[in-house]
Amino acid sequence: MIDLLTIFVLAVFVGFEVVSKVSTILHTPLMSGANAIHGVILVGAILITGSAESTLELVLGLLAVFLATVNVVGGFVVTDRMLEMFRK
Amino acid sequence: MIVQLMYLVAALCFILALKGLSSPKYARYGNFIGAFGMLVAVVTAYVHGVVHNGLLILIAVALGVAVGIPAARSVKMTAIPQMVALFNGVGGAAAALVALAEFFAVRDPGFLFLLATVLTVLIGSVSFSGSVVTFLKLQELMTTRPVLLPAGQQLAIAAGVSSVALGALVMTTENGLLLWLLAIAGLALGVLFVLPVGGADVPIAISLLNAFTGLAVAASGYVLANTLLIVAGTLVGASGTILTRLMAQAMGRSLANILFGAFKATAVAAQGEEQRTVKAGTVEDVAILLGYANNVVVVPGYGLAVAQAQHAARELVSQLEQRGVSVSYGIHPVAGRMPGHMNVLLAEADVPYEQLKELDDINPGITSVDVALVVGANDVVNPGARDEPSSPIYGMPIFDVDRAKSVVFMKRSMRPGFAGVDNELLYNPKTTLLFGDAKDSLTKLLAAVKAL
Repeated sequence: MIDLLTIFVLAVFVGFEVVSKVSTILHTPLMSGANAIHGVILVGAILITGSAESTLELVLGLLAVFLATVNVVGGFVVTDRMLEMFRK
Repeated sequence: MIVQLMYLVAALCFILALKGLSSPKYARYGNFIGAFGMLVAVVTAYVHGVVHNGLLILIAVALGVAVGIPAARSVKMTAIPQMVALFNGVGGAAAALVALAEFFAVRDPGFLFLLATVLTVLIGSVSFSGSVVTFLKLQELMTTRPVLLPAGQQLAIAAGVSSVALGALVMTTENGLLLWLLAIAGLALGVLFVLPVGGADVPIAISLLNAFTGLAVAASGYVLANTLLIVAGTLVGASGTILTRLMAQAMGRSLANILFGAFKATAVAAQGEEQRTVKAGTVEDVAILLGYANNVVVVPGYGLAVAQAQHAARELVSQLEQRGVSVSYGIHPVAGRMPGHMNVLLAEADVPYEQLKELDDINPGITSVDVALVVGANDVVNPGARDEPSSPIYGMPIFDVDRAKSVVFMKRSMRPGFAGVDNELLYNPKTTLLFGDAKDSLTKLLAAVKAL
């Protein structure tokens, strides 16, 4: 358990560090990109559904897979569309 | 072993993605790297972790892709903030569902497992319902003004207290029904939390909810003992918190002030005043003003984007430049519906990046500006934010266009801005109002300037 806590604390600092200096122009794309990254819950949703044993687990899991996929693909595509505008 | 390595690769990709997204040069690569990391992680999870239901999972993913990609592709640039809010909301919901499912799968849950489950379900639910409300506000499906329910504060406190109580009960009794009730309490809390947030502050609420979803995902990583979820969720939680603070700073407000309603008392105060006179001008008047100026600053706002008038504005500006007028755009950090939103919208209309100026570039020289052309903006040029401590937006940095030699204010109507606050600038004797649809007016102005 202490391992997971270590990872958590280190990740907090990395998270603070990587975005500490960012110009306002990029606030919206950055938020959107971070939004896509938390779609990684898709991994959890797949794992849980892949080992589901009851119907309830299966239904909850599949719904989670669907929603998380929307989060991931929508998030990355919409971020890319925004950034496309800055290409020059 | 190989699975952990793959997850490590994905985690590194996410860090590089956030790093890249923080710099204009590498932002797009950053996004690609993030998407690549996600692909690695998802394929790894599928290949390694799926014992059964493989086909059903693929179908659910395919459905998600079929919904997500067209939605992200077809959304108009003006509506991006609410789209991000929706994507964030479904992510939060997914996290809550994952924790619920795992709760019903595990036989002998330990203390930390239960704590993480409770947190994931609660934060995920708050993030989901809160995001839905922000979506409704930005889409203007409901009022953009702060909604203050009678006893709203007490209701929010009640929802908060019952969430904590339910959480504690779930941890002691391990009762599934109580966990569902906790999810419902979380949903109520999310709604009550976002309702009092005023329209102009909604993007900050979205950013905060984004960080919340990150934390829910991190907590779900404890539920599933999955390091990748912990790392990625925490990264988003931490960076989202910083980003929220940066956004609040750009608006000159503290986070607490935004969330817990300075808007409360004063939002109504601006109403009920007597009718005052404004000076309305014709297209020709304004064309002469602009055509013979040396120095013009255009301050665009969300109204410009709604009217799809970015291209018309760019054409007018090029025409003025041909006449030797020096023109720049004053882009307020929160112009549009999100920090940086206006830059995206103008970039879409091929406005050169060098013409986009920030507050600190414009304000020091504002007194030598001949004409400040305000198009569809309102709150970001409201002198009340600078001079009126009673104003709800007091403290937000503004363009001091009232100090320019003259102001042209293009407006659709006398309706106040997104924040619902009256603007003293409209009654300033230096101000000429040009009523009408922004695109329409700009096109007419262009023709009139050409005819000079």
